[in-house]
Amino acid sequence: MSGSQQARSTSTPFALGGMSGYLLKGGRVVDPSSGVDAVGDLLIADRVIAEIGDSIDPGSIEVIDVSGLVVAPGLVDMHTHVREPGREDEETIASAARAAAAGGYTAICTMPNTDPVADTASVVEKVWALGREAGLVQVVPAGALSKGLVGESMADIGEMARSVARVRLFTDDGKGVQSALFARRAMEYLIAFDGIYAEHCEDESLALGGQMHEGERSIALGMRGIPAEAEELMAARDVALSRLTGCRLHLLHISTAGTVELVRRAKSEGVPVTCEATPHHFTLTDEALEGYDPNAKVNPPLRSEDHRDAVIAGLADGTIDAIATDHAPHAIEEKDIEFQYAPPGLVGLETSLALTLTELFHKGHLSLSDAIERLSCAPARILGLPDHGTLAVGGPANVVVFDPDASWEVDPHLFHSLSRNTPFGGRKVTGRVVHTFFNGNPTTRDSELVGVSV
Amino acid sequence: MFKHLLSMDQLSADDITRVLDTAESLRQVTDRPIKKLPTLRGRTVCNLFYEASTRTRISFELAAKRLSADVINFSADSKSSVAKGESFKDTAWTLEAMGVDAIVVRHGSSGAPLQLSRWVKASVLNAGDGWHEHPTQALLDIFSIREHFKDLSGLNVAIAGDVLHSRVARSNVKGLVTMGANVVLVGPPTLIPIQARSWGAEISYDLDSVIEDVDVCYLLRVQKERATEQLFPSNREYAANWGLDSRRVAKMKPDALVMHPGPMNRGVEISADVSELPRSIVLDQVSNGLAIRMSLLYLMLGGAEEGDVS
Amino acid sequence: MAQPGRKGDDFAVKARVMESDDIRRALTRIAHEIVEANKGTDDLVIVGIRTRGAPLADRIAADIASFEGVDLPSGALDVSLYRDDVGLRGPRNLEATTVPADLDGRVVVLVDDVLFTGRTIRAAFEAILDLGRPKAIKLAVLVDRGHRELPIRADHVGKNLPTSSGEDVRVHLTEIDGEDAVLIGRKDGGVG
Repeated sequence: MSGSQQARSTSTPFALGGMSGYLLKGGRVVDPSSGVDAVGDLLIADRVIAEIGDSIDPGSIEVIDVSGLVVAPGLVDMHTHVREPGREDEETIASAARAAAAGGYTAICTMPNTDPVADTASVVEKVWALGREAGLVQVVPAGALSKGLVGESMADIGEMARSVARVRLFTDDGKGVQSALFARRAMEYLIAFDGIYAEHCEDESLALGGQMHEGERSIALGMRGIPAEAEELMAARDVALSRLTGCRLHLLHISTAGTVELVRRAKSEGVPVTCEATPHHFTLTDEALEGYDPNAKVNPPLRSEDHRDAVIAGLADGTIDAIATDHAPHAIEEKDIEFQYAPPGLVGLETSLALTLTELFHKGHLSLSDAIERLSCAPARILGLPDHGTLAVGGPANVVVFDPDASWEVDPHLFHSLSRNTPFGGRKVTGRVVHTFFNGNPTTRDSELVGVSV
Repeated sequence: MFKHLLSMDQLSADDITRVLDTAESLRQVTDRPIKKLPTLRGRTVCNLFYEASTRTRISFELAAKRLSADVINFSADSKSSVAKGESFKDTAWTLEAMGVDAIVVRHGSSGAPLQLSRWVKASVLNAGDGWHEHPTQALLDIFSIREHFKDLSGLNVAIAGDVLHSRVARSNVKGLVTMGANVVLVGPPTLIPIQARSWGAEISYDLDSVIEDVDVCYLLRVQKERATEQLFPSNREYAANWGLDSRRVAKMKPDALVMHPGPMNRGVEISADVSELPRSIVLDQVSNGLAIRMSLLYLMLGGAEEGDVS
Repeated sequence: MAQPGRKGDDFAVKARVMESDDIRRALTRIAHEIVEANKGTDDLVIVGIRTRGAPLADRIAADIASFEGVDLPSGALDVSLYRDDVGLRGPRNLEATTVPADLDGRVVVLVDDVLFTGRTIRAAFEAILDLGRPKAIKLAVLVDRGHRELPIRADHVGKNLPTSSGEDVRVHLTEIDGEDAVLIGRKDGGVG
């Protein structure tokens, strides 16, 4: 073994002969959950991580040479919009699972703003079951906080939590809960089910139909702006209510310097708050709107440089726990129209690892270990997924292998997602998924989707 | 000269001067008995209007006809057209298939002309997009000002009213600053974005403090519904603070001009008697609009097929 | 923006074919011919085609004034908007058209520097006819270089100058170019 820290060499009680599995040989094994970061071998046998060590004897098992590559826990996306049920032309659970597997993910948390809304046990169970059927990743449904996402009456929170889908994260994502009273009640109620109150922070009276970040560029482009304060006011309210109720709070896709600072202070004061940021918010600014490209229209909007830099700083110092995609598929005909009428959102599952490595790791903001922590370990921890975000020996083999130095150009036509709405088409990025293993089975081999059902 | 006219950003002072000089020559023609010119025979201009605007459409239509171009008018309410499923892009491609040479587009969504220019080979003229820009209005305004003052550099121009929601303001500030004028934006803070300083304009919330120094007082339309959007308490209070009335006119320099892009909200930004003063050139603005639009059509369509020659 | 229309950079001078005195004598002869053909100066209007026809028209009008003692109405015509090559070359910078108000029943003498394909003259006819209904239109040119593309012929010619289509003829006038001369040269790829 080499490297600063010795990977544990764990002997396995299993005999290797005749077993299915893979020996990932000679990669840089990075597992922030255990502090491992060393060159070595990782043995997948009988769908579990059987051993991590130096020069493991493969026996009859297939050896995959991963020298020069990074072996890490499979990625976990806390924030994926699938369009099933409702708009299966834009994204089914199966297509989202394929996109996720190609992007290095082994688990995705699906947002409830489907049609019908995931506000009852029957809808979340259906999503969960379709995820099982698709097989390529673990599909973890989030549930709505309010019926129909209108922020008035509580969704069937307890039933969703106790269903086979075991919903843990509740949110009205797509919009924020406008009523402070409703937010307070929901937080209080969630405590009984160990639920997480997740907020899309946006005060609608301030955002007022805004199209982009309010600032010099929105004024020049003649578009109604969404001020940073529309996010910050609701984030501040929720932090106060989380302090009041003790409910775990997760702030979705935070995008402003004020929110980062608010979370930093709240954490230091012991408020049970976590948060996430998206690759597009740490990669792009509202400069991307200057050509009125509807693919760069997203909510919360791409902000100005100072906000982007604050998000990067928040990711670097751990204020921002997780990197989440806010993968939001839209049909071409919905995006290829006037900017003002185009819906917000972009697809992210197949570019998130590359953007994280390009913008944060290669630019020196985040170590490789911290990048993996934000993309895998932290989201798994927040969502309560013990089988993900770790390379613990004996646990299910949910593993991603990537080449941190491979350069490629984003081509939306090659996406496995059914939608192509991304502002990153043609962008040169560095860092590419090579293999993904879900429960020990390869879902992606040599950067090609395998499509194996588990 | 330029293939598309989307924003005043793309025009240098020389470009603006050329558009104005050409308009001046063309205005001569419109004063004679036979007003038609054969210049754009065989060319087709489409007026694609997603927002009702009779005066701008008529001005463009007449400009194209005076130059012998064929004119198609296509009007649609943008929202109903989206609902009916005929997308903006499909409409653009249909026009392209008909072989139009220029599309004059008015649209409620900022940036729509820029998007259109990426989809079609025809020249695109922005006839007003959302809150973004209305470059032909700015050019005709600058033309009107130049008629009176010969040179714009050093002129003090106040633009008063609803700058936030105004494409006319954006285009005029850019054009006037390019031509060397000193621009001050005047109105209540709710209607004057402070970011407008980056366009090279000053900001004032007090019309009385600037009125004595201005060479041009350019009034923007203040839509009556703004008062119901909590942007100011009432139209009466707006008029009292930022409306141009005879009392303020009396403080203006004797040769100062009063301008307005129309249509006017009398009793809000302008009181009824003011626009009939001899120093109001509101009607000149209308006739100058025709010459400016002829000039642009000539310069944009009269060029070589591949666009830039000069 | 460069002034389009004048092909300045691709002209290589081969010879000077008329000097200042030659031009003066030719114009004086043309002035006499015009009055003689018209049997006097009644109804005459001299209109120069911009750019270089305009000063020539002024000179001819001045000549006629010097020997007839009559100030003839004269003007200048910008035919850019009537050209049949709009769209094939860059838009020209427009200049003022200054033509005496009423052309009805008059004899308009169009003046230009070089007669070549005839297309400029055709455009001038149309421009004149939009301004009024003259009794007749006559044409006077300083140089006729041949290569007509339309059935147009000049009534008064300063100098017939046979050229090849690979050659170009330039007239320089003091009012515009600082000297009087007619040059012949090779055009290097420019479109005539």
